[in-house]
Amino acid sequence: MRIPELTLPAAMASLLGRLPATPPCWALVTTLNQLKKRDILPADMSLLAGHSFEVHVQDAGLRLGFCADEQHFKVASVGTAPDLRLSANLADFARMMLREEDPDTLFFNRKLIIEGDTELGLIVKNLLDSVDWSSTPLQRFMAV
Amino acid sequence: MPATRPLPELVCPAGSLPALKAAVDNGADTVYLGLKNDTNARNFAGLNFDDRTAREGIRYAHQHERKVLLAINTYAQGGDISRWHRAIDEGAELGVDAIILADIGLMEYARRRYPALRLHMSVQSSATNYEAINLAQELFDIRRAVLPRVLTLDQVKQVIDHTRVEIEVFGFGSLCVMVEGRCLLSSYATGESPNSHGVCSPAKFVRWEHGSQALGARLNGILIDEYQQGEAAGYPTLCKGRFEVEGDTYYALEEPTSLNVMAMLPQIIDIGVAAIKVEGRQRSPAYVAQVTRTLREALDAAGREPQRFSVKPGWTQALSKLAEGQQQTLGAYNRPWK
Ligand code: SF4
Repeated sequence: MRIPELTLPAAMASLLGRLPATPPCWALVTTLNQLKKRDILPADMSLLAGHSFEVHVQDAGLRLGFCADEQHFKVASVGTAPDLRLSANLADFARMMLREEDPDTLFFNRKLIIEGDTELGLIVKNLLDSVDWSSTPLQRFMAV
Repeated sequence: MPATRPLPELVCPAGSLPALKAAVDNGADTVYLGLKNDTNARNFAGLNFDDRTAREGIRYAHQHERKVLLAINTYAQGGDISRWHRAIDEGAELGVDAIILADIGLMEYARRRYPALRLHMSVQSSATNYEAINLAQELFDIRRAVLPRVLTLDQVKQVIDHTRVEIEVFGFGSLCVMVEGRCLLSSYATGESPNSHGVCSPAKFVRWEHGSQALGARLNGILIDEYQQGEAAGYPTLCKGRFEVEGDTYYALEEPTSLNVMAMLPQIIDIGVAAIKVEGRQRSPAYVAQVTRTLREALDAAGREPQRFSVKPGWTQALSKLAEGQQQTLGAYNRPWK
Protein backbone atom coordinates (compact mmCIF):
# COMPACT_ATOMS: atom_id res chain seq x y z
CA MET A 1 0.00 0.00 0.00
CA ARG A 2 1.46 3.37 -0.96
CA ILE A 3 0.03 6.56 0.35
CA PRO A 4 -0.80 8.97 -2.46
CA GLU A 5 0.68 12.47 -2.54
CA LEU A 6 -2.28 14.30 -1.20
CA THR A 7 -3.07 17.37 0.84
CA LEU A 8 -6.47 17.83 2.40
CA PRO A 9 -8.36 20.79 0.89
CA ALA A 10 -8.22 24.00 2.90
CA ALA A 11 -11.99 23.91 3.39
CA MET A 12 -11.61 20.64 5.25
CA ALA A 13 -9.04 22.16 7.57
CA SER A 14 -11.26 25.07 8.44
CA LEU A 15 -14.17 22.70 9.03
CA LEU A 16 -12.21 20.14 11.07
CA GLY A 17 -10.42 22.92 12.88
CA ARG A 18 -13.73 24.14 14.25
CA LEU A 19 -14.78 20.75 15.58
CA PRO A 20 -13.68 19.89 19.10
CA ALA A 21 -10.33 18.08 19.02
CA THR A 22 -11.19 15.96 22.05
CA PRO A 23 -12.56 12.82 20.32
CA PRO A 24 -9.54 12.24 18.01
CA CYS A 25 -7.25 13.15 20.83
CA TRP A 26 -8.97 10.72 23.17
CA ALA A 27 -8.66 8.03 20.48
CA LEU A 28 -4.95 8.74 20.13
CA VAL A 29 -4.30 8.60 23.86
CA THR A 30 -6.37 5.42 24.27
CA THR A 31 -4.46 3.76 21.43
CA LEU A 32 -1.13 4.74 22.93
CA ASN A 33 -2.13 3.37 26.33
CA GLN A 34 -3.39 0.12 24.78
CA LEU A 35 -0.20 -0.36 22.77
CA LYS A 36 1.82 0.29 25.87
CA LYS A 37 -0.21 -2.08 28.00
CA ARG A 38 0.26 -4.89 25.48
CA ASP A 39 3.99 -4.21 25.40
CA ILE A 40 3.87 -3.30 21.73
CA LEU A 41 4.96 0.26 22.44
CA PRO A 42 8.18 -0.25 24.43
CA ALA A 43 7.87 3.15 26.11
CA ASP A 44 10.24 4.05 28.90
CA MET A 45 7.74 6.31 30.67
CA SER A 46 10.41 7.79 32.91
CA LEU A 47 11.74 9.58 29.80
CA LEU A 48 8.30 10.93 28.87
CA ALA A 49 6.73 11.59 32.27
CA GLY A 50 5.90 15.18 33.05
CA HIS A 51 6.10 16.28 29.43
CA SER A 52 3.38 17.66 27.18
CA PHE A 53 3.04 16.86 23.50
CA GLU A 54 1.13 18.19 20.54
CA VAL A 55 0.53 16.49 17.22
CA HIS A 56 -0.45 19.12 14.69
CA VAL A 57 -2.05 17.71 11.56
CA GLN A 58 -1.65 20.82 9.44
CA ASP A 59 -3.93 20.14 6.50
CA ALA A 60 -6.67 18.81 8.77
CA GLY A 61 -6.38 21.78 11.07
CA LEU A 62 -6.17 19.37 14.00
CA ARG A 63 -4.13 19.89 17.12
CA LEU A 64 -3.97 16.86 19.40
CA GLY A 65 -2.56 17.57 22.82
CA PHE A 66 -1.59 15.01 25.38
CA CYS A 67 0.80 14.47 28.23
CA ALA A 68 2.42 11.59 30.07
CA ASP A 69 2.92 10.58 33.66
CA GLU A 70 4.89 7.63 35.03
CA GLN A 71 2.16 5.21 33.95
CA HIS A 72 -0.10 6.63 31.26
CA PHE A 73 -0.72 9.02 28.43
CA LYS A 74 -3.49 11.52 29.14
CA VAL A 75 -5.49 14.02 27.10
CA ALA A 76 -4.28 17.54 27.77
CA SER A 77 -5.46 20.87 26.52
CA VAL A 78 -3.26 22.56 23.98
CA GLY A 79 -2.77 26.24 23.75
CA THR A 80 0.21 26.78 25.95
CA ALA A 81 3.50 25.82 24.35
CA PRO A 82 3.90 22.02 24.60
CA ASP A 83 7.31 20.56 25.38
CA LEU A 84 7.26 18.95 21.96
CA ARG A 85 5.20 19.75 18.90
CA LEU A 86 5.27 17.64 15.72
CA SER A 87 3.59 19.17 12.67
CA ALA A 88 3.01 17.63 9.27
CA ASN A 89 0.24 16.96 6.77
CA LEU A 90 -1.94 13.91 7.27
CA ALA A 91 -0.40 11.96 4.38
CA ASP A 92 3.11 12.50 5.74
CA PHE A 93 2.12 11.44 9.25
CA ALA A 94 0.59 8.31 7.72
CA ARG A 95 3.77 7.58 5.73
CA MET A 96 5.83 7.97 8.85
CA MET A 97 3.59 5.71 10.92
CA LEU A 98 3.43 3.01 8.24
CA ARG A 99 7.21 3.18 7.73
CA GLU A 100 6.96 4.24 4.12
CA GLU A 101 9.02 7.27 4.91
CA ASP A 102 11.85 7.96 7.29
CA PRO A 103 11.12 10.90 9.68
CA ASP A 104 14.62 12.28 9.08
CA THR A 105 13.93 12.35 5.35
CA LEU A 106 10.68 14.23 5.98
CA PHE A 107 12.53 16.58 8.27
CA PHE A 108 15.33 17.23 5.74
CA ASN A 109 12.61 17.94 3.17
CA ARG A 110 10.88 20.30 5.59
CA LYS A 111 7.70 18.24 5.58
CA LEU A 112 7.95 17.44 9.28
CA ILE A 113 8.35 20.30 11.72
CA ILE A 114 9.76 19.64 15.17
CA GLU A 115 9.37 22.35 17.78
CA GLY A 116 10.39 22.45 21.41
CA ASP A 117 12.64 19.97 23.18
CA THR A 118 14.76 18.33 20.48
CA GLU A 119 15.91 15.48 22.68
CA LEU A 120 12.32 14.66 23.58
CA GLY A 121 11.59 14.62 19.84
CA LEU A 122 14.38 12.12 19.34
CA ILE A 123 13.05 9.94 22.15
CA VAL A 124 9.60 9.91 20.56
CA LYS A 125 10.98 9.21 17.10
CA ASN A 126 13.12 6.35 18.34
CA LEU A 127 10.21 5.00 20.35
CA LEU A 128 8.00 4.84 17.26
CA ASP A 129 10.85 3.27 15.28
CA SER A 130 11.33 0.57 17.86
CA VAL A 131 7.74 -0.72 17.72
CA ASP A 132 7.95 -4.20 16.25
CA TRP A 133 4.72 -4.34 14.26
CA SER A 134 5.64 -7.78 12.94
CA SER A 135 4.41 -9.16 16.26
CA THR A 136 0.96 -7.57 15.81
CA PRO A 137 -2.00 -7.94 13.44
CA LEU A 138 -1.17 -4.47 12.12
CA GLN A 139 1.87 -5.88 10.36
CA ARG A 140 0.14 -6.18 6.98
CA PHE A 141 -0.38 -2.41 6.86
CA MET A 142 3.30 -1.68 7.32
CA ALA A 143 5.66 -0.89 4.47
CA VAL A 144 8.58 -2.36 6.40
CA MET B 1 39.05 -8.60 -14.20
CA PRO B 2 39.06 -11.79 -12.17
CA ALA B 3 35.47 -12.96 -12.16
CA THR B 4 36.26 -14.93 -9.03
CA ARG B 5 36.32 -11.98 -6.66
CA PRO B 6 33.68 -12.60 -4.00
CA LEU B 7 31.09 -9.88 -3.59
CA PRO B 8 31.79 -7.60 -0.64
CA GLU B 9 29.53 -8.15 2.36
CA LEU B 10 26.76 -5.56 2.61
CA VAL B 11 26.89 -4.27 6.19
CA CYS B 12 23.79 -2.36 7.28
CA PRO B 13 22.89 -0.30 10.35
CA ALA B 14 20.33 -1.21 12.99
CA GLY B 15 19.30 1.26 15.67
CA SER B 16 16.28 -0.81 16.67
CA LEU B 17 14.88 -4.30 16.30
CA PRO B 18 12.55 -3.32 13.42
CA ALA B 19 15.51 -1.71 11.61
CA LEU B 20 17.50 -4.91 12.05
CA LYS B 21 14.68 -6.98 10.62
CA ALA B 22 14.30 -4.50 7.75
CA ALA B 23 18.01 -4.87 6.94
CA VAL B 24 17.84 -8.67 7.00
CA ASP B 25 14.60 -8.78 5.00
CA ASN B 26 16.02 -6.48 2.33
CA GLY B 27 19.28 -8.28 1.71
CA ALA B 28 21.94 -7.19 4.18
CA ASP B 29 24.64 -9.83 4.69
CA THR B 30 25.54 -8.35 8.04
CA VAL B 31 23.96 -5.89 10.47
CA TYR B 32 25.70 -3.82 13.10
CA LEU B 33 24.22 -2.52 16.30
CA GLY B 34 25.08 -0.89 19.61
CA LEU B 35 23.96 -1.13 23.22
CA LYS B 36 21.90 1.50 24.99
CA ASN B 37 24.81 3.48 26.48
CA ASP B 38 27.87 5.54 25.67
CA THR B 39 29.93 2.54 24.58
CA ASN B 40 28.85 3.18 20.99
CA ALA B 41 29.05 6.20 18.73
CA ARG B 42 25.29 6.56 18.24
CA ASN B 43 24.36 7.00 21.87
CA PHE B 44 21.01 8.69 21.17
CA ALA B 45 18.07 8.75 23.56
CA GLY B 46 15.73 5.83 22.90
CA LEU B 47 17.97 4.26 20.26
CA ASN B 48 19.85 0.94 20.31
CA PHE B 49 19.47 -2.46 21.94
CA ASP B 50 18.93 -3.82 25.41
CA ASP B 51 19.48 -7.43 26.35
CA ARG B 52 16.06 -8.61 25.18
CA THR B 53 16.06 -6.85 21.80
CA ALA B 54 19.71 -7.80 21.16
CA ARG B 55 18.92 -11.46 21.76
CA GLU B 56 15.87 -11.34 19.53
CA GLY B 57 17.80 -9.48 16.81
CA ILE B 58 20.69 -11.93 16.86
CA ARG B 59 18.28 -14.84 16.77
CA TYR B 60 16.48 -13.32 13.76
CA ALA B 61 19.67 -12.60 11.84
CA HIS B 62 21.22 -15.99 12.53
CA GLN B 63 18.01 -17.74 11.60
CA HIS B 64 18.36 -16.04 8.20
CA GLU B 65 22.07 -16.87 8.08
CA ARG B 66 23.23 -13.28 8.41
CA LYS B 67 25.86 -11.93 10.74
CA VAL B 68 25.62 -9.46 13.61
CA LEU B 69 28.38 -7.07 14.67
CA LEU B 70 28.37 -5.20 17.96
CA ALA B 71 29.83 -1.69 17.83
CA ILE B 72 31.71 -0.67 20.97
CA ASN B 73 33.36 2.16 19.15
CA THR B 74 33.86 4.95 21.66
CA TYR B 75 36.93 5.44 23.80
CA ALA B 76 36.72 4.20 27.37
CA GLN B 77 36.67 7.33 29.54
CA GLY B 78 39.00 7.61 32.52
CA GLY B 79 37.77 6.83 35.98
CA ASP B 80 35.38 4.06 35.17
CA ILE B 81 36.02 1.83 32.20
CA SER B 82 33.92 -1.03 33.56
CA ARG B 83 31.01 -0.12 31.26
CA TRP B 84 33.16 -0.80 28.22
CA HIS B 85 34.47 -4.05 29.64
CA ARG B 86 30.94 -5.11 30.47
CA ALA B 87 29.81 -4.30 26.93
CA ILE B 88 32.51 -6.61 25.56
CA ASP B 89 31.52 -9.34 28.04
CA GLU B 90 27.92 -8.90 26.96
CA GLY B 91 28.79 -9.13 23.27
CA ALA B 92 30.76 -12.33 23.85
CA GLU B 93 27.93 -13.76 25.90
CA LEU B 94 25.26 -12.79 23.35
CA GLY B 95 27.16 -14.61 20.64
CA VAL B 96 27.67 -11.78 18.15
CA ASP B 97 29.82 -12.64 15.14
CA ALA B 98 32.33 -9.88 15.84
CA ILE B 99 32.87 -6.80 17.95
CA ILE B 100 33.84 -3.49 16.40
CA LEU B 101 36.34 -1.68 18.63
CA ALA B 102 38.15 1.65 18.40
CA ASP B 103 40.10 1.78 21.66
CA ILE B 104 43.27 -0.35 21.68
CA GLY B 105 42.96 -0.81 25.44
CA LEU B 106 39.64 -2.50 24.82
CA MET B 107 41.12 -4.58 21.98
CA GLU B 108 43.67 -5.87 24.46
CA TYR B 109 40.95 -6.71 26.99
CA ALA B 110 38.76 -8.47 24.43
CA ARG B 111 41.65 -10.46 23.03
CA ARG B 112 42.87 -11.54 26.46
CA ARG B 113 39.44 -12.48 27.84
CA TYR B 114 37.90 -13.97 24.72
CA PRO B 115 40.61 -15.45 22.50
CA ALA B 116 38.06 -16.84 20.05
CA LEU B 117 36.09 -13.61 19.64
CA ARG B 118 36.44 -11.99 16.23
CA LEU B 119 37.53 -8.35 16.43
CA HIS B 120 37.04 -5.57 13.89
CA MET B 121 38.83 -2.25 14.04
CA SER B 122 36.38 0.65 13.97
CA VAL B 123 36.55 3.64 11.66
CA GLN B 124 36.92 5.64 14.88
CA SER B 125 40.39 4.12 15.30
CA SER B 126 41.28 6.29 12.34
CA ALA B 127 43.73 3.80 10.86
CA THR B 128 44.41 5.06 7.36
CA ASN B 129 47.50 3.04 6.46
CA TYR B 130 48.47 -0.62 6.34
CA GLU B 131 51.21 -0.24 8.95
CA ALA B 132 48.65 0.75 11.56
CA ILE B 133 46.31 -2.04 10.54
CA ASN B 134 49.02 -4.68 10.47
CA LEU B 135 50.22 -3.60 13.90
CA ALA B 136 46.69 -4.03 15.28
CA GLN B 137 46.60 -7.45 13.70
CA GLU B 138 49.93 -8.41 15.20
CA LEU B 139 48.98 -7.20 18.66
CA PHE B 140 45.29 -8.06 18.88
CA ASP B 141 44.62 -10.31 15.92
CA ILE B 142 42.01 -7.99 14.40
CA ARG B 143 40.36 -9.59 11.38
CA ARG B 144 38.87 -6.56 9.70
CA ALA B 145 39.46 -2.82 9.62
CA VAL B 146 36.96 -0.16 8.63
CA LEU B 147 38.71 2.57 6.68
CA PRO B 148 37.98 6.24 7.35
CA ARG B 149 36.33 8.04 4.45
CA VAL B 150 39.47 9.96 3.60
CA LEU B 151 41.24 7.64 1.18
CA THR B 152 41.09 7.59 -2.59
CA LEU B 153 40.29 4.33 -4.31
CA ASP B 154 43.98 3.92 -5.21
CA GLN B 155 44.93 4.39 -1.59
CA VAL B 156 42.34 1.84 -0.49
CA LYS B 157 43.86 -0.61 -2.97
CA GLN B 158 47.31 0.15 -1.64
CA VAL B 159 46.13 -0.78 1.87
CA ILE B 160 44.42 -3.97 0.67
CA ASP B 161 47.53 -5.06 -1.24
CA HIS B 162 49.66 -4.84 1.89
CA THR B 163 47.58 -6.51 4.55
CA ARG B 164 45.87 -9.79 5.30
CA VAL B 165 43.25 -7.97 7.37
CA GLU B 166 39.90 -7.66 5.62
CA ILE B 167 39.07 -4.13 4.55
CA GLU B 168 35.65 -2.56 4.95
CA VAL B 169 34.76 0.77 3.35
CA PHE B 170 31.80 3.10 3.63
CA GLY B 171 29.30 2.93 0.80
CA PHE B 172 26.44 5.20 1.70
CA GLY B 173 25.39 7.74 4.30
CA SER B 174 25.99 11.14 5.82
CA LEU B 175 29.56 12.29 5.60
CA CYS B 176 31.77 13.36 8.45
CA VAL B 177 34.37 16.02 7.70
CA MET B 178 37.68 14.43 6.81
CA VAL B 179 39.19 13.77 10.21
CA GLU B 180 37.16 10.79 11.25
CA GLY B 181 37.80 9.48 14.69
CA ARG B 182 39.68 12.62 15.58
CA CYS B 183 36.99 15.27 15.46
CA LEU B 184 36.43 17.33 18.59
CA LEU B 185 34.30 20.08 17.06
CA SER B 186 31.22 18.91 18.93
CA SER B 187 33.09 19.06 22.24
CA TYR B 188 34.08 22.61 21.46
CA ALA B 189 30.41 23.64 21.42
CA THR B 190 28.86 21.18 23.87
CA GLY B 191 31.58 19.38 25.83
CA GLU B 192 30.55 16.07 24.23
CA SER B 193 31.78 14.45 21.03
CA PRO B 194 31.65 11.03 19.36
CA ASN B 195 34.82 9.57 20.83
CA SER B 196 34.04 10.64 24.37
CA HIS B 197 30.25 10.44 24.66
CA GLY B 198 29.22 8.54 21.58
CA VAL B 199 27.36 11.42 20.04
CA CYS B 200 28.05 14.40 17.82
CA SER B 201 25.96 17.52 18.52
CA PRO B 202 23.78 15.88 21.22
CA ALA B 203 20.06 16.55 20.81
CA LYS B 204 19.78 18.07 24.25
CA PHE B 205 21.88 20.99 22.98
CA VAL B 206 19.92 21.44 19.75
CA ARG B 207 17.18 24.05 19.37
CA TRP B 208 15.21 24.64 16.19
CA GLU B 209 13.97 28.21 15.86
CA HIS B 210 10.97 28.67 13.63
CA GLY B 211 11.15 32.25 12.41
CA SER B 212 8.79 33.75 9.87
CA GLN B 213 11.50 33.65 7.20
CA ALA B 214 13.86 30.88 8.11
CA LEU B 215 14.41 27.83 10.27
CA GLY B 216 17.35 28.43 12.57
CA ALA B 217 19.44 25.61 14.04
CA ARG B 218 21.25 26.35 17.30
CA LEU B 219 23.73 24.11 19.05
CA ASN B 220 24.18 25.14 22.68
CA GLY B 221 23.17 28.65 21.67
CA ILE B 222 25.54 28.85 18.70
CA LEU B 223 23.72 29.52 15.43
CA ILE B 224 24.83 26.71 13.11
CA ASP B 225 22.65 27.37 10.11
CA GLU B 226 19.50 29.03 8.79
CA TYR B 227 17.36 27.30 6.21
CA GLN B 228 15.14 29.42 3.98
CA GLN B 229 11.64 28.32 3.00
CA GLY B 230 11.82 25.15 0.92
CA GLU B 231 15.56 24.71 1.43
CA ALA B 232 16.57 21.21 2.55
CA ALA B 233 17.66 21.03 6.18
CA GLY B 234 20.41 18.89 7.67
CA TYR B 235 21.68 17.64 11.00
CA PRO B 236 22.92 20.51 13.15
CA THR B 237 26.52 19.33 13.25
CA LEU B 238 29.18 22.00 13.49
CA CYS B 239 31.11 20.80 10.47
CA LYS B 240 28.07 21.26 8.22
CA GLY B 241 27.07 24.72 9.40
CA ARG B 242 27.22 27.92 7.43
CA PHE B 243 29.50 30.41 9.06
CA GLU B 244 30.53 33.97 8.41
CA VAL B 245 34.18 34.08 7.44
CA GLU B 246 35.64 37.43 6.45
CA GLY B 247 32.28 38.81 5.43
CA ASP B 248 31.13 35.72 3.51
CA THR B 249 28.57 33.26 4.92
CA TYR B 250 29.03 29.77 3.53
CA TYR B 251 29.77 26.12 4.33
CA ALA B 252 33.19 26.97 5.65
CA LEU B 253 34.05 23.39 6.66
CA GLU B 254 31.92 20.98 4.67
CA GLU B 255 28.73 20.89 2.65
CA PRO B 256 25.95 18.67 3.96
CA THR B 257 26.28 15.82 1.50
CA SER B 258 25.92 12.09 1.55
CA LEU B 259 28.42 9.57 0.34
CA ASN B 260 27.20 7.25 -2.40
CA VAL B 261 29.65 4.84 -4.02
CA MET B 262 27.23 3.11 -6.35
CA ALA B 263 28.99 4.33 -9.48
CA MET B 264 32.25 2.75 -8.30
CA LEU B 265 30.98 -0.66 -7.27
CA PRO B 266 32.81 -2.64 -10.00
CA GLN B 267 36.16 -1.06 -9.01
CA ILE B 268 35.44 -1.61 -5.33
CA ILE B 269 34.79 -5.29 -5.99
CA ASP B 270 37.82 -5.51 -8.24
CA ILE B 271 40.35 -4.22 -5.72
CA GLY B 272 39.16 -6.78 -3.19
CA VAL B 273 37.18 -4.80 -0.63
CA ALA B 274 35.71 -7.30 1.85
CA ALA B 275 32.70 -5.31 3.01
CA ILE B 276 30.68 -2.19 2.24
CA LYS B 277 29.13 -0.36 5.13
CA VAL B 278 26.01 1.77 5.23
CA GLU B 279 25.95 4.61 7.75
CA GLY B 280 22.86 5.46 9.79
CA ARG B 281 22.03 3.63 12.98
CA GLN B 282 20.15 6.78 13.97
CA ARG B 283 17.81 6.43 11.01
CA SER B 284 14.46 4.66 10.83
CA PRO B 285 13.53 1.18 9.57
CA ALA B 286 12.15 2.86 6.44
CA TYR B 287 15.60 4.26 5.60
CA VAL B 288 17.35 0.99 6.35
CA ALA B 289 14.92 -0.92 4.14
CA GLN B 290 15.24 1.48 1.20
CA VAL B 291 19.03 1.79 1.28
CA THR B 292 19.59 -1.93 1.83
CA ARG B 293 17.25 -2.95 -0.98
CA THR B 294 18.85 -0.50 -3.41
CA LEU B 295 22.45 -1.37 -2.61
CA ARG B 296 21.68 -5.10 -2.66
CA GLU B 297 20.36 -4.77 -6.20
CA ALA B 298 23.25 -2.60 -7.33
CA LEU B 299 25.87 -4.83 -5.74
CA ASP B 300 24.40 -7.98 -7.27
CA ALA B 301 24.26 -6.29 -10.68
CA ALA B 302 27.89 -5.16 -10.39
CA GLY B 303 28.91 -8.68 -9.40
CA ARG B 304 27.09 -10.30 -12.32
CA GLU B 305 28.28 -8.04 -15.10
CA PRO B 306 31.00 -5.67 -13.92
CA GLN B 307 31.86 -4.55 -17.48
CA ARG B 308 28.34 -3.57 -18.33
CA PHE B 309 27.43 -2.15 -14.95
CA SER B 310 25.73 1.22 -14.90
CA VAL B 311 23.81 2.94 -12.16
CA LYS B 312 20.08 2.68 -12.73
CA PRO B 313 18.18 5.97 -12.43
CA GLY B 314 15.74 4.30 -10.04
CA TRP B 315 18.59 3.51 -7.62
CA THR B 316 19.88 7.05 -7.65
CA GLN B 317 16.40 8.38 -7.13
CA ALA B 318 15.74 6.08 -4.19
CA LEU B 319 18.98 7.00 -2.47
CA SER B 320 19.02 10.73 -3.16
CA LYS B 321 15.65 11.13 -1.51
CA LEU B 322 17.11 9.76 1.71
CA ALA B 323 20.37 11.66 1.62
CA GLU B 324 21.16 14.44 4.02
CA GLY B 325 21.44 17.70 2.12
CA GLN B 326 20.06 15.92 -0.96
CA GLN B 327 23.47 15.94 -2.56
CA GLN B 328 25.59 12.91 -3.12
CA THR B 329 29.27 12.54 -3.76
CA LEU B 330 31.84 9.83 -4.28
CA GLY B 331 33.71 11.44 -1.40
CA ALA B 332 37.46 10.93 -1.32
CA TYR B 333 37.33 7.76 -3.42
CA ASN B 334 37.62 9.58 -6.72
CA ARG B 335 39.90 12.44 -5.68
CA PRO B 336 43.04 12.76 -7.79
CA TRP B 337 45.27 12.80 -4.66
CA LYS B 338 48.41 10.73 -4.86
S1 SF4 C 1 31.33 17.75 13.74
FE1 SF4 C 1 31.12 16.78 11.75
S2 SF4 C 1 33.10 15.85 11.36
FE2 SF4 C 1 32.98 16.25 13.55
S3 SF4 C 1 32.19 14.36 14.42
FE3 SF4 C 1 30.46 15.72 14.04
S4 SF4 C 1 29.69 15.10 12.01
FE4 SF4 C 1 31.76 14.27 12.22
